[in-house]
Amino acid sequence: MHRFAKPSVFLKITAPILPWLVGATVILIASGLYFSLIASPVDYQQGATVRIMYLHVPAAWMGLFCYVGMALCGAMSLIWKHPLADICARATAPIGATFTALCLITGSLWGEPMWGTWWVWDARLTSMLILLFLYLGYIALVNAFDDPERGSKAGSALALVGAINVPIVKFSVDWWNTLHQPASIVRVDGPAVDPSMQLPLALMIFGFTGYYFVVLILRVRLELNERRIRALHLSGMFDDNGENSTAETKPYDPSHNAEASQ
Amino acid sequence: MTEFFSMGGYASYIWPSYGITALAMIVLLLATLRGLRNSRRELDQLETVLQARRPRRNRKSRKAT
Repeated sequence: MHRFAKPSVFLKITAPILPWLVGATVILIASGLYFSLIASPVDYQQGATVRIMYLHVPAAWMGLFCYVGMALCGAMSLIWKHPLADICARATAPIGATFTALCLITGSLWGEPMWGTWWVWDARLTSMLILLFLYLGYIALVNAFDDPERGSKAGSALALVGAINVPIVKFSVDWWNTLHQPASIVRVDGPAVDPSMQLPLALMIFGFTGYYFVVLILRVRLELNERRIRALHLSGMFDDNGENSTAETKPYDPSHNAEASQ
Repeated sequence: MTEFFSMGGYASYIWPSYGITALAMIVLLLATLRGLRNSRRELDQLETVLQARRPRRNRKSRKAT
């Protein structure tokens, strides 16, 4: 496990996977769009608005999935101090925030025609909004420190404490009265969604998950590049001819950042 | 075709849903790719400078090996 946590190993493993992942994601989302917009029936009660479900449910799933991933990475980063765990958590946050926001927006666009309101302050919607704020808080927090290690510590703690919100989102429809419908896919009696609607839903869920991993790999690479740039600047090799003698790098002491100065 | 675009009268809810979702996912992907390209360029520049200097800096250690 520890071996795979090395950034160089991560790059070596993901490089050949990435093109296949991109291909699979494109196929899944394209076929998912075909089935969700064209080749699936309208709902007998909700009419064509059921087509919003094929975006809303996968986006909600991704919002929660990304958060669980981010919190687990945060835990690993706190316990084992793996730089890659911290990088994965940072790379996941904007993706999860995007999907959570999309879940809220598509939910609003679905709620207006079906419930007669864009928004209600019930448990499901409110806990989902809190999820979005947790993502935004995490992003703001990890970037608020000059020392990335301190930022990651604070961010990981926030991600872990906020993880309590995940089961609240999931079970809010059972615990409190709400306009929101109860769980219809992951439930004890099996899915309550008609098979003709399960197919586009599954395609979109897998497609969005594929998209997440594609963007995750790219963002991890981005984060690794930025760390390498920071390390090169901190190592002081650029000080003598003034390339990097700006005031912002002066307060750093390279010895504080053992990992970066390697 | 018109029937498809009218979405049973719910076009003004369904198409924005799909439009905003597509837009957000594409923007996030493009922003990531752009950041990646910029960081790679900066890293290349730094490493070129480093490469140019290495012989002078490491002359001693290189002779030793």
